Amino acid sequence: MADPTPAGDIGPSRYYFEALRAGRLVHQRCERCSSALFPPRVLCPVCSADALRWEPSAGAGTVYSASTLTPRDEDPYTVVLVDLDEGFRVMSVVEGTSAPLGARVRLTPQPVDGPAGDARLVAVVEGGTDE
Amino acid sequence: MSELSGRTAVVGVGEDGVGLAVPGSTPLDLVARATRVALEDAGLALSDVDGLFTASAYYQLPGLDVAEYLGVRPRHTDSTAVGGSSFVSHVGHAAAAIAAGQCDVALVVYGSTQRSDSGRLVSQSEGSPHERPYRPRYPVTMYALAAARHMHQYGTTREQLAAVAVAARQWAQLNPAAFARDALTVDDVLSSRMVSSPLTVRDCCLVTDGGGALLLTSAERAADLRRPPVYLLGHGEAHWHRSITHMPDLTVTAAVDSGRRAFAQAGLTPADVDLLELYDAFTINPVLFLEDLGFCAKGEGGDLVASGAIAPGGRLPVNTNGGGLSYCHPGMYGIFALVEAVRQLRGEAGDRQVRGDVALVHGNGGVLSSQVTALLGTSPTR
Repeated sequence: MADPTPAGDIGPSRYYFEALRAGRLVHQRCERCSSALFPPRVLCPVCSADALRWEPSAGAGTVYSASTLTPRDEDPYTVVLVDLDEGFRVMSVVEGTSAPLGARVRLTPQPVDGPAGDARLVAVVEGGTDE
Repeated sequence: MSELSGRTAVVGVGEDGVGLAVPGSTPLDLVARATRVALEDAGLALSDVDGLFTASAYYQLPGLDVAEYLGVRPRHTDSTAVGGSSFVSHVGHAAAAIAAGQCDVALVVYGSTQRSDSGRLVSQSEGSPHERPYRPRYPVTMYALAAARHMHQYGTTREQLAAVAVAARQWAQLNPAAFARDALTVDDVLSSRMVSSPLTVRDCCLVTDGGGALLLTSAERAADLRRPPVYLLGHGEAHWHRSITHMPDLTVTAAVDSGRRAFAQAGLTPADVDLLELYDAFTINPVLFLEDLGFCAKGEGGDLVASGAIAPGGRLPVNTNGGGLSYCHPGMYGIFALVEAVRQLRGEAGDRQVRGDVALVHGNGGVLSSQVTALLGTSPTR
């Protein structure tokens, strides 16, 4: 179920963010060496191939690391690095203070307040651990 | 051993405004005063300087700014910018340039008035669009993520991390020039304000002013100058990532490569090293670097730093000036690690003096990104 490769008149970074704003998490995979790639790019950093295709991600992954910030005038939040099951790593955020390393999480694109109409990935901790 | 080993030497060092600069100073003022101290130390004049190596968070074209201010007209300029490790990088580039005849006397120099500038972190680090929306606090959260992973994977504890800050403070208490000299205990570190877990404010480096300068020249010319030469025996650089999201393994830094390269160039091993100056922007850094540079096995850094080995009187002195945690940290620290190694090897370190002929200086830049290792010694050969 690969997304169609975008036409040559749109850069991969813009394609990624447009998909994210439309509620879809996507990533690239190298046609030659099959490496899952993130962030978006035009060249495979593993094998140098330039044939990369877009694939959807289910957003399911495992917390690789986490750090909780406790600003004075707002609720605490936890910045996480998540290893997606498709084989790439992203930064995300968990509302609150609980994101044990090894926990299973699900990432969902959500709109960010502001005029730009940006989106980001928000992580929700699910049951179980992967380690 | 490489043909570069021992062919160049540090012949002068200088600092200015460490801690808090004269009010109203600009970063270039500190650059100039530190340079003047280093020239006096070496017995050289500005007119001798024909190679310039500098980096800055203030100036986009720092080589041009520094040369204009100082009135030097370098024939070789290198503004390599790899964060706080830049100046350790510059020392290796300067040695290669001198050996290749591109310059005769190299000035490596830095200045920052970060503390005077109301503690605002002056940083050109632009941040990744794939990280900014999650609001990590740059750079502390990035190091906190590495610390959390090391704790998870190897059982490293917050107490062990705190031992790094305590050892640094004990060294600083022996150094009248250090910015932070109050007593500090493990409990103090643990009970301080949490900034980005597991790191408290006492796991984080200082924010100070400071300028530093080094002069290098050929070993032949160094022999005729004022101070005992401190030879560059080995140098290695490596970087594998820019954003913390793309660091392949948060518990292994590119110091694995930079250290191996430096030791190979010098024909030395960790057993030959008498003291270490490790870029300690955060308490997790020396833990990772001691492991990656070969001073203990991966995962054993926590035990090593908590054993007392790195503190005054220990068998493996680390950050003998007090480090970025207690001596100074004006945005980028690498040059101050080099200056301290030179002072130690020349026997000028006063109450904090340790015995030794070989020092390892390790620079870190970005978010555990750039790793640069230099080996300095009192003799050009083993």
